[in-house]
Amino acid sequence: MMERPFAITLEVGTSRANKTGGWRTQRPVYVDRLPPCNDACPAGENIQGWLYRAEEGDYEGAWRVSMEDNPMPAVMGRVCYHNCETACNRANLDEAVGINAVERFLGDRALTGGWRVEVEQPDLAGRVLVIGAGPSGLSAAYHLRRRGHEVTIYEASTASGGMMRFGIPAYRLPRNVLDGEIQRIVDMGVGIELGHKVCDLMVEMEGGGYDAVYLATGAEIARNAYIPAGDSARILDALSLLRTTAGMTYPQLGRSVVVYGGGNTAMDAARTAKRLGASEAIVVYRRTRDRMPAHDLEVEEALEEGIKMRWLSTIKKAGAEKLLLEKMELDAAGFPQPTGEFEELEADSVVLAVGEEADLSLLQNVPGLDMSGGMVHVDSTMMTSYPGLFAGGDISQAERTVTAAIGNGKKAARHIDLWLKSGGMWARLPGAPSKEEHQPAPAGERHRIAGWGDLNTWYYSDAPATVRPKLDMVRRQSTFDEVVLGLDEDNALFEARRCLSCGNCFECDNCYGVCPDNAVVKLGTGMRYEFDYDYCKGCGICAAECPCGAIEMVLEET
Amino acid sequence: MAYRQVKFYQTGSFAVGGRLLDTPERTVQSGMSRTNALTLGHRACQGCGEALGARYVLDAAMHATGNKVIAANATGCLEVFTTPYPETSWQVPWLHSVFGNAAAVGSGIAAALRAKGQTDIRVVAQAGDGGTVDIGIGCLSGMFERNDDVLFVCYDNEAYMNTGVQRSGSTPPAARTATTEAVGEEPGNPWGQGKDMPRIAMAHEIPYVATATVAELHDLEYKVEKAMEYRGARYIHILVPCPLGWGSEPADTIRLARLAKETGIFPVFEAEKGEVVATSKIRSKVPVEDYLSLQRRYAHLFKPARRDDVIDAIQDSADRNIRRFGLLGEA
Amino acid sequence: MLEQIEGSKAVARAVASCRPEVICAYPISPQTHIVEALGSMVKGGELKSCEFINVESEFGAMSALIGASATGVRSYTATASQGLLFMIEAVYNAAGLGLPMVMTLANRAIGAPINIWNDHSDAMAVRDSGWIQLFADSNQAAVDLHIQAFRLSQDVSLPVMVCMDGYILTHAVERLDLPEQESVDKFLPPFEPRQVLDVDDPVSIGAMVGPDAFAEVRYLAHAKQMQAMELIPTIASEFRSVFGRDSGGLVRGYGLDGADTIVVAMGSVLGAIEDAVDELRGAGIMAGAIGITTFRPFPISAIREAIGTPARVVVVDRAFSAGMGSILATDVALALSHQSVRIYTVVAGLGGRAITRTSLVHCLEDAANDALEPLTFLDLDHDVVNRELARMGKDRRSGPSAENILRDMGLPGSG
Ligand SMILES: Cc1cc2nc3c(=O)[nH]c(=O)nc-3n(C[C@H](O)[C@H](O)[C@H](O)COP(=O)(O)OP(=O)(O)OC[C@H]3O[C@@H](n4cnc5c(N)ncnc54)[C@H](O)[C@@H]3O)c2cc1C
Ligand SMILES: Cc1ncc(C[n+]2csc(CCOP(=O)(O)OP(=O)(O)O)c2C)c(N)n1
Ligand code: SF4
Ligand code: SF4
Ligand code: SF4
Ligand code: SF4
Ligand SMILES: [Mg+2]
Repeated sequence: MMERPFAITLEVGTSRANKTGGWRTQRPVYVDRLPPCNDACPAGENIQGWLYRAEEGDYEGAWRVSMEDNPMPAVMGRVCYHNCETACNRANLDEAVGINAVERFLGDRALTGGWRVEVEQPDLAGRVLVIGAGPSGLSAAYHLRRRGHEVTIYEASTASGGMMRFGIPAYRLPRNVLDGEIQRIVDMGVGIELGHKVCDLMVEMEGGGYDAVYLATGAEIARNAYIPAGDSARILDALSLLRTTAGMTYPQLGRSVVVYGGGNTAMDAARTAKRLGASEAIVVYRRTRDRMPAHDLEVEEALEEGIKMRWLSTIKKAGAEKLLLEKMELDAAGFPQPTGEFEELEADSVVLAVGEEADLSLLQNVPGLDMSGGMVHVDSTMMTSYPGLFAGGDISQAERTVTAAIGNGKKAARHIDLWLKSGGMWARLPGAPSKEEHQPAPAGERHRIAGWGDLNTWYYSDAPATVRPKLDMVRRQSTFDEVVLGLDEDNALFEARRCLSCGNCFECDNCYGVCPDNAVVKLGTGMRYEFDYDYCKGCGICAAECPCGAIEMVLEET
Repeated sequence: MAYRQVKFYQTGSFAVGGRLLDTPERTVQSGMSRTNALTLGHRACQGCGEALGARYVLDAAMHATGNKVIAANATGCLEVFTTPYPETSWQVPWLHSVFGNAAAVGSGIAAALRAKGQTDIRVVAQAGDGGTVDIGIGCLSGMFERNDDVLFVCYDNEAYMNTGVQRSGSTPPAARTATTEAVGEEPGNPWGQGKDMPRIAMAHEIPYVATATVAELHDLEYKVEKAMEYRGARYIHILVPCPLGWGSEPADTIRLARLAKETGIFPVFEAEKGEVVATSKIRSKVPVEDYLSLQRRYAHLFKPARRDDVIDAIQDSADRNIRRFGLLGEA
Repeated sequence: MLEQIEGSKAVARAVASCRPEVICAYPISPQTHIVEALGSMVKGGELKSCEFINVESEFGAMSALIGASATGVRSYTATASQGLLFMIEAVYNAAGLGLPMVMTLANRAIGAPINIWNDHSDAMAVRDSGWIQLFADSNQAAVDLHIQAFRLSQDVSLPVMVCMDGYILTHAVERLDLPEQESVDKFLPPFEPRQVLDVDDPVSIGAMVGPDAFAEVRYLAHAKQMQAMELIPTIASEFRSVFGRDSGGLVRGYGLDGADTIVVAMGSVLGAIEDAVDELRGAGIMAGAIGITTFRPFPISAIREAIGTPARVVVVDRAFSAGMGSILATDVALALSHQSVRIYTVVAGLGGRAITRTSLVHCLEDAANDALEPLTFLDLDHDVVNRELARMGKDRRSGPSAENILRDMGLPGSG
């Protein structure tokens, strides 16, 4: 080192002695915000979390994150109505991330790859009875089993899956996929007793030596609509149509089939009718299209397949080959009102799809249950008013979807676990810890949602959504082959990388790069960053330029 | 857009780095081993675009040359906030002489290196807009026409900031400065004055001229690295918002640089031997008002009475840039 | 090696023999022949490993040298008059940064009125810049001083200006002893800069220094000048041992034995003064002369020592500070402040006015008789100035006096 002339010539980097952090009136902090997709997911999936892994091509890692919440990604990747995509911030930019498609891709990978889930070995295992092997029951069983509890499912039917098997048609959910995902749960050690219909829950609970029960028997009674009908009129309900079709016996419906109702079941019934050979499948619905409860995508697909729609119509009378329809109009409140105008419609058979109800008869002897409105009411821990009896899925809530059912199952499992540990098993095991030692953990504070306004979307490069390929039309109209096809790896990766990572750092290096004061320290891949408050002047550029809103400026305490 | 722009990967190559990009596709700034030619503890204002731009440029130059860069610096904010005795924030060999001579000092350094046969060491001369387009233009023009092996970088914050925000030949029309106050019939900087230095540089037909902003780092680094591939005189003109002089929020520094480009107010392009060879297309065009309204130096265009005539005139000049450089269309 | 050669070309040869690595050239009379000659040596390949830059201005020239010197190479330029003023900001800067380099100043008057002829106004304009200023009294001295200047410059890490009278020296062709390359190489070791822009050992040169350290920096600059003062005689004696001639140093005396009237001057006028001294001695007047070779640092002790205790000192100055008087005389007076001595100032040779021996002798005779005005303008046309003064008295707005005077003298105005 040369001798430096005094003052004029300086040793490099000496300004580090000048701690500019003292200038700051506000400081940046790294935060994790709740992505709206996660927030909207009825199964409470950490979507952003698994997309983060998938973006890197770590599909198994991604799948494992998904499996934390959802035991059936391949199923959900097909049948979920993806509220997440509706909530997705990317929709404001171009189109929502194809979350569902990626989920399916991961689920299918897992099935082909034979990926498994580990079961914990807890100090204390409970015995839990689950009634109903629909999505909710299976989900609860899976989550309880993962926590190491012993789980038995009683299922009335000869096959498990509930409405996933007997409602949702195979062209939307191929049976090998369903079977594969159920089998994985069974392989974890969940016992399913098929053909075991529970008629009196009190009896089963008392007799079986279970520590807790999860009730998930769904809503499987087709609601009736009173239609005056001639003897020769062929009227059947959608659930039984779908159920028999699912059992591979294809009923004769005739050339023209009318489906009455505007829900998803109606769409599936009409599309099934088409596949069973009906040249005309017509949906008759009281209100307008925008008021149809059926999911938009399903209506869309039905229309694509040539299903006709008669909106603002009710069936007044059913004859041998004809129906009498009355035209309706919507009143100011949006309710359909009869107009007194009638018309005829040809129909060889009428399929009723006007809703489903829960069969609550097995609960008659359980004391003190609130079953008003045809539903079993539960508290915030999914427990009924009968201690140790939990319930979820279609039987206990208005949102009747596979996703919500799975979410219920997960939530119930968590609370059953806590309930067991905090005394539910007390009586049975003398060595069980005291109630005090097992207080249920208080629910963690929810992160603030990462809204559109929290993002700096300039950074996201333009990437319109991948279109999911579909089966060709002829096969759609004549077979039960799956209609919507999966993404290949390139597409799935592309789709995952469209995620904006709302509210969660995805290591774009922006904050590290844009700080004029070099006050962001990069800790290395996967380790995120740190602020160097000795030098940070609190300008706020890092927060402003964080694409995903993972930096917040907070006032410095003075 | 001449560098390989990566799209579709989350932020593609718009953000500084990103774990999804291959390392060569990330910026120098994203690297943990970047030089930090301008390091911690400098005394620039909060959110100073010039501090940011200078680190970007020199780190990129260091990267491009295998850490063989000597910098000459004109008087101005960049010099004052980095080297108040007894501390310097530089980590590269650096020389400050006077206000108007950075280009000539650069020429001298380059000549010395040539004389010593050390042409692997490269020279960056840098100045503010005042040190470039006004007092330094003589030396700069000389450096250009001799085609000395110097990269000259102008950090354009559109006024003499160090002396308290006075007008320079780079101050845009209507902008308020301490010597073009927002009073009288035509408040702010008069129209029809000022210099377009990048085009003046192009007129010298030097090997490389480019403009850039601190908002698009990939582009900026690409240009510095490309400049380093050439021998001879090169000029990069970088827009660096100045919260103090512009009356903007410190947090808006990058946003303003981005808006300057996206409005067409500041055309971003490259030229070789006097010919424009590439332009950075506007990604989503925005009206100039979006840019102007964030800066107190333009406050008089909105209050007490809205000056649509002036705003329109500024819009017209942005539109002229868009036409002149073909700033719309596919990148 | 003796050669009949023009002063400028000789200086160029001397500079070339010092192996400069960067030379900046910008034309201004009367310096142009020097850089032209260097340019052709570089281009012709005689001067190797040297970058010759045709800069766009003197400011650019000095600035480029600042860059070059800080990068650790031997750097050189030449200028004069307006050119020096044009670069003055950088001149101060080079000294402030302590950057070694050598510049020839072919002394010339400063306008307005524009004038290309010799005087010392330009050198005086930068006397406080921190540069070392050496004055050549002959072309041989000019040649020798350049060689010593390079040595001095690098030894004290300061820029050195070698002043030689424009035209009188630069354009005079005479027989000169040009240094051999081997001797120069022996005398002038390779340049080892005190501070350098080095990619392997980076520093920041040119920091902003506030009140807390600025005085110290200035003090140290002065101390460096004082070091130079000590070094200059040493270098001169080394020079003598290598080249076998007396050259350089701080001051040079002539005929000082028993002198009671001593003339002090700088530059080529010393030749005429020495002749005048001889003539006066012949006429029984005990005259002597002191030539100041080193003007900055100003050699107070050396002057005191050389001058002894004369009755009077006559300072012949080729420059003039309007409103004050002679700059050189002021400095000399400081050197003589310890003793009582009459000091006369003779301002001579402004803007190229010839200084004749006759006039000098007259003037010195008057001085020896103490009949000289304290401030005398040698050969001033009193009629002209008096007329102008009268006009100015009548009409305060009589226009630029330079043009009026020229008109009165029947000469065409300088447009
Ligand atoms: C035609 C149709 C299409 C649908 N499409 C979709 C869709 O695309 N996406 C979506 O998210 N949702 C869809 N749904 C709704 C979704 O299927 C249900 O909300 C979901 O299956 C409810 O799950 P669950 O576990 O609560 O009940 P279910 O799926 O109904 O499962 C209940 C299970 O309990 C068994 N069980 C009942 N009673 C007893 C008893 N007493 N003893 C023992 N076992 C018993 C049943 O056999 C059944 O296996 C659809 C529904 C229908 C009818
Ligand atoms: C010859 C000279 N004139 C004026 C100044 C005063 N001065 C110092 S910095 C500066 C302004 C610098 O402006 P600019 O080059 O735009 O750089 P900025 O500070 O805006 O980054 C001025 C006018 C000076 N130092 N030297
Ligand atoms: S962009 Fe990603 S994180 Fe944001 S809402 Fe959509 S899927 Fe979720
Ligand atoms: S700017 Fe990028 S790296 Fe920094 S916190 Fe935000 S997402 Fe993470
Ligand atoms: S950009 Fe840097 S200085 Fe500004 S708030 Fe962020 S960390 Fe602090
Ligand atoms: S005045 Fe402007 S350019 Fe200067 S330090 Fe402050 S923000 Fe930076
Ligand atoms: Mg400026």
